[in-house]
Amino acid sequence: MLAIIVKRIGNAALVMLVVAFIAFMIFQFLGDPVQLMLNSQATQGDRDALRIRLGLDQPVIMQFFTFVVRALHGDFGVSFRNQREVMSLIAERFPATFELVMVSTVLALLIGIPLGVFAAINPKNLAARMARMVSMIGISVPAFVIGIVLILIFSVQLGWLPAFGRGEVVQFGTWSTGLLTPSGRLALIMPSISLALFQISFVMRLVTAEMLEVLRTDYIKFARARGLPDRSVHFRHALKNCMMPVVTMTGMMIGDLIAFALVTETVFQWPGMGLLFVQAVMFIDIPVMAAYLMIVSVIFITLNTIVDFVYLAVDPRLRQAGSGGGGHVR
Amino acid sequence: MRAAPLPNDRPDTGPVLDIRDLVVEFPTRRGVLTAIRGVSVTVERGEILGIVGESGAGKSLTGAAVIGLLEPPGRIAGGEIRIRGRRIDNLPKRDMMALRGSTIGAIFQDPLTSLNPLLTVGDQLIETIRCHLPLSRAEAAMRAIDLLNEVGIPSAELRLQQYPHQFSGGMRQRVVIALALAGEPDLVVADEPTTALDVSIQAQITALLKRICRDRGTAVMLVTHDMGVIAETADRVAVMYAGRIVEIGPVDDIIRRPQHPYTRGLIGSIPSLVTSHERLVQIDGAMPRLNSMPAGCAFHPRCVLADTRCRSTLPPLLTNGSGLAACWNLAAGNAVEAA
Ligand SMILES: Nc1ncnc2c1ncn2[C@@H]1O[C@H](COP(=O)(O)OP(=O)(O)OP(=O)(O)O)[C@@H](O)[C@H]1O
Ligand code: SF4
Ligand SMILES: [Mg+2]
Repeated sequence: MLAIIVKRIGNAALVMLVVAFIAFMIFQFLGDPVQLMLNSQATQGDRDALRIRLGLDQPVIMQFFTFVVRALHGDFGVSFRNQREVMSLIAERFPATFELVMVSTVLALLIGIPLGVFAAINPKNLAARMARMVSMIGISVPAFVIGIVLILIFSVQLGWLPAFGRGEVVQFGTWSTGLLTPSGRLALIMPSISLALFQISFVMRLVTAEMLEVLRTDYIKFARARGLPDRSVHFRHALKNCMMPVVTMTGMMIGDLIAFALVTETVFQWPGMGLLFVQAVMFIDIPVMAAYLMIVSVIFITLNTIVDFVYLAVDPRLRQAGSGGGGHVR
Repeated sequence: MRAAPLPNDRPDTGPVLDIRDLVVEFPTRRGVLTAIRGVSVTVERGEILGIVGESGAGKSLTGAAVIGLLEPPGRIAGGEIRIRGRRIDNLPKRDMMALRGSTIGAIFQDPLTSLNPLLTVGDQLIETIRCHLPLSRAEAAMRAIDLLNEVGIPSAELRLQQYPHQFSGGMRQRVVIALALAGEPDLVVADEPTTALDVSIQAQITALLKRICRDRGTAVMLVTHDMGVIAETADRVAVMYAGRIVEIGPVDDIIRRPQHPYTRGLIGSIPSLVTSHERLVQIDGAMPRLNSMPAGCAFHPRCVLADTRCRSTLPPLLTNGSGLAACWNLAAGNAVEAA
């Protein structure tokens, strides 16, 4: 068991190193930082001085080493665009995105899983069929369209909810949260719903498909034949066996949303990472882009590792593989 | 709130299971397929009734109808099923659920897939026990250990904590049997309980079934296509062909003196059951499809004794010696045997 955990973490670290190298290469070769940082009147002497100051006279492998050490300290250099520390820019933006994504993911799981189970165990029920129809819409309509429609109705027409921004936030050290103020919570409603609608539909359809599959298995038939009540058959025996793909997909989805919430963030002018990234691309702000790449990768790899661990927690068969204990006994 | 299982004060006379004229249908878009066409059979307390026949004969469907777990759109379209005198084929879903496990137990074919892979054997046993008996978790765990001991699983206490994948196939089938017995059923329907197992383990499982049947007085309906298993385990055997019983009687008599031409073919095709002077018989052809049942005796396209009457009129299941058989030309069959 411990061996498996160590191995997974080792894998994650290795992948991270590869990503760091890619980020470093972008840093190195996507335009000359000296060129980008100095204005056109700078002398050759200025250039050489900067080159030495940035460590660009060192061999590439040394530069990569420095890059990794700095990255580990959260030092990704200075933004070309506004000369601020990249890390503090990201620390400012990350909580907004994280909060938005988490709220919509929790919504998606809380609504999507029960709906999915309901649709699977009552396939002929009218409400279940309606839910499946609506979920088709949720899957096929892009989030920004839903966002715009929501803004038109609830902000422009009814004036109930703010059309943009995060509302008032409370600061905890470097972390900011909108969950603790009324205006912050109001501001979260529309962006998280427009982001969650796809997720809800997706989770629901996934759970339905998996449940239908599991309900056909022998161990479910045998559970019924032993007279176990429907409640236990559906939720204790069947749902648990559907959870693996749901966990996997949720992990991927969270990563996806953090990386690509930018459309929704743009529609709602949400001050998150997506907006930061859009601006970085427009200004060819390479340190920000490199840091963004690294951070998104860290998030994906962390999520993946968490998903692996959830697997281990849920499925005893995986725990045994490689741990050497137990085994078949006749 | 669950409906109570059958009260125990019923007289213990009469069969545990009594099926009369059972008809099972599948409504499909192209019309209704009748898979079971009038099956009548009884199983006594402490008796093992074998049900044998080729693939598609309707053995499993008969078992599923008894457990009340026919897969939709399958439905019981006629006849009745009684357990200890009480009719169960028309019970509401809820009452049927209360009978499952506590009055009727079930064992399925594949022990590798019958157990939930994510729950320990103990969890599955304890849940099932507590579903049928008013016991605390600790008391149920004690019972679970007793059950595992009863089905021959060593170091039961330790085994409770383990997951199904930590058991071998034979051990898993023992767990399945323990689970089927958890609610102390009067009848166990075992559908191909040994088919998925190694030959060496098959014998252990059939011996276990016999012992349980003897010790507990449980009635067992043993569904299999394997005449060898029947010969070893069953007290009586019903031979099914195309949704009907074609012959039924005490196992020894049927194996030694099969009356129906189909039974003779079935037994003749098993080398171990054929004594040296007889020759191995093969039944040519295949069982008819449900949507193209021949008129008269369903076996006539494959029967060497078939005549015009066989092709037009269904032979009734009539007393013949120690059992019953459905064939127009039994006399000829006896003649063959006498020769
Ligand atoms: N869902 C269904 N729809 C239509 N026909 C079905 C369905 N289930 C079973 N049948 C038919 O009912 C007949 C009997 O099936 P059953 O499963 O009882 O056979 P069996 O005797 O148990 O055979 P096997 O040895 O293959 O298990 C078969 O002809 C089969 O095609
Ligand atoms: S009734 Fe006729 S066809 Fe059917 S088994 Fe007997 S002899 Fe053969
Ligand atoms: Mg079968």
